[in-house]
Amino acid sequence: MRSSATERPGFVWVAPALLFFGLFGLGPVVIVLYLSMTAWSGLGSPEWVGLDNWVRLGNDDQVRSSLGITMFLTVLCWATQTPMALAFGSWAAGTQKSRAVVSSIFFLPLLLSTAAIALLWKAILEPHYGLPGQIGPLIGFGGNILGDSTLALYAIAFIVLWQFLPFHMLLYQAAARQVPKSLYEAAELDGASPIQRFLRITVPQLRHTIIASSVLMIVGSMTYFETVLLLTGGGPGNATEILPLYMYTQGFVSFEMGYASAIAVVLVVLGTGLSLLVVRATGYSRMTSQREGI
Amino acid sequence: MSRTPPISVIGSTALALALVATGCGSSGPGMSEDNLQVWALEEAAVNDVLQASMDSYNEGAEVESELITFVNDAYKQRLQVALGSPNAPDVFFNWGGGNLGEYVDQGQVFNMTTALDENPEFRDSFLPSVLDVARIEDGYYGVPMLGMQPVVLFTNNAVLEESGLEAPQTYDDLLNAVEVLQEDEVTPIVLPGAQGWTQLMWLSYLVERIGGPDVFQAVVDGEEGAWEHPAMIEAMEKCQELVDAGAFGPNFASIDYDGGGASAMLANGDAAMFLMGSWDLSQQQENAPEFASGGDLGYVPFPVVEGGDGEEGAVVGNPSNYFSINNDSLNHDAAVDFLVETVTSDEYVNGLIDAGQVPAVEGIEDQLADSDYADFAVFTHGMVSEAPSFTQSWDQAIPPAAAEALLTNLQLLFLSETTPEDFAADMESYL
Repeated sequence: MRSSATERPGFVWVAPALLFFGLFGLGPVVIVLYLSMTAWSGLGSPEWVGLDNWVRLGNDDQVRSSLGITMFLTVLCWATQTPMALAFGSWAAGTQKSRAVVSSIFFLPLLLSTAAIALLWKAILEPHYGLPGQIGPLIGFGGNILGDSTLALYAIAFIVLWQFLPFHMLLYQAAARQVPKSLYEAAELDGASPIQRFLRITVPQLRHTIIASSVLMIVGSMTYFETVLLLTGGGPGNATEILPLYMYTQGFVSFEMGYASAIAVVLVVLGTGLSLLVVRATGYSRMTSQREGI
Repeated sequence: MSRTPPISVIGSTALALALVATGCGSSGPGMSEDNLQVWALEEAAVNDVLQASMDSYNEGAEVESELITFVNDAYKQRLQVALGSPNAPDVFFNWGGGNLGEYVDQGQVFNMTTALDENPEFRDSFLPSVLDVARIEDGYYGVPMLGMQPVVLFTNNAVLEESGLEAPQTYDDLLNAVEVLQEDEVTPIVLPGAQGWTQLMWLSYLVERIGGPDVFQAVVDGEEGAWEHPAMIEAMEKCQELVDAGAFGPNFASIDYDGGGASAMLANGDAAMFLMGSWDLSQQQENAPEFASGGDLGYVPFPVVEGGDGEEGAVVGNPSNYFSINNDSLNHDAAVDFLVETVTSDEYVNGLIDAGQVPAVEGIEDQLADSDYADFAVFTHGMVSEAPSFTQSWDQAIPPAAAEALLTNLQLLFLSETTPEDFAADMESYL
């Protein structure tokens, strides 16, 4: 074995990245941790209050309810996006021209900003002048979607699906193209049906992609909130008040920066914890290449 | 092996960073002795008028004034952080009332009482009910600088006539109209209930009519039991009564004011009435000019509740926006001089009127009668100048955390997901 000291880049090589990460990654987390133990409206200086915000956090029903909504939305988004992205991605991996055309149309939402997408769907879902007003009467539906506590949540999950499906599809498409042809040829010789080939070869071969895409989805749903903010503002009432949005309203609408920081810390811990959990549980950290001959 | 930091850390820290970034001071020019920085909201027509008046002022002034404008959403946060820092404005735009009170509590605002007493003519040129919104405890901390925006009941008179109705004068008229209009398959009242502040207009007018202005004043003063006042509870019950009677149709919770759907419903005749701030008139002129000037668009004060203690002319809404002076400014005298010379000058007031505003200034009826939308301008000015009281929009009058809770509770009330008693009990915890 060769000496690693001479071969591997030294500490100096990572210094710029570390510095950047420290300044914009760790630094703010430390500051937020400090702010979570203060009362601060943004005016004047933060005032030390010890664990007051944390006690309040523990007793706040809205935090519990927001956490529940966040979890529900995370699971719903994951459970709808993963199978669809897997299926469409594998389909799009085919080399037929028609598939290329359809997939590139499908990728369009990727080009739009989240804010534009949220405003677009808000207009589409307008109860009288949007789609519900046109289609609703035909199927006997009143048109109240974003104003309905349950439907609003499903609408958000649907819009997130519409927005992010192409991205995950792209991941699966790229990965599916890496699956060695020889595996399919062998299976075909053994008389496996297309469905069997998909389930027995494509899906197992895409295991690492499934994990990577799931981590992105789960952690992503911890942090994105623009869609909810612009679409429902957490309403009706507080039916769609996900935790990141609750943090935002506490900080920038109620101007309780200390309490908002405490919620932010919870989000950091939750996001990091969840992604570690997924990585551990799926054996991603012991990852070895599955590619033929590598 | 994953040696790079988990994506989550990067994602979540970006979020944390957003929280902290605004706290780290803002850029921009600082305060100085030979320059007067004026902060206002970006609003093209009005900014031009202000800039023109400032240019005239600068010609003869020792300290030059400079206008800096911000978009609405970022302004409150920006100001919150800038006040108390060296990058603060000398004169700043605000909403008066509770919003201004927060800054006053922190000692950030210059008390203008003496300055107003020294310039009685200036002080008396404002409508008293509007100027009073900038009175915090016993001092005056700001002066009105934009038009008044009372909430009025807009009507589509063609729709009302078709059902043989007139604009309602009393709450019972209103309930009757709700019933008749539903039989004719029209949404009686459009309510953009996706936004709690539109529901607040109903609650605050009903409280005003049932109990008078003292009921809400008790909330502002933080008196225990203020939210549980019988008039407050009765008003909440009436809100639910209207919902149950079908006054707002089945979809109100999905309708959003900013999207323009609500105003369109009134203009298209899909709804007969719309309780909204006077600013909705410009929305109608922009999007439905034929409706706005064709004679079908009507407007009346909020109906009277029979047996209520409130006076019938009392008004609810946004009295005005205000200019206040930063206590840390190095130029208090120059700032006062600037306000005295500018905000009531003929040039500025006439400019505002031409831009479609109704300034909170006495004796401008003639100018208003010559303006483009004379009828509405005269109506608004008359309504406010004769009003015994002008209650500021509640969400601006109370501290932000309480306002946020109020708007959420209102949505729950109109969705029948909370009761008036629970609503009141929850709000009591914010007093």
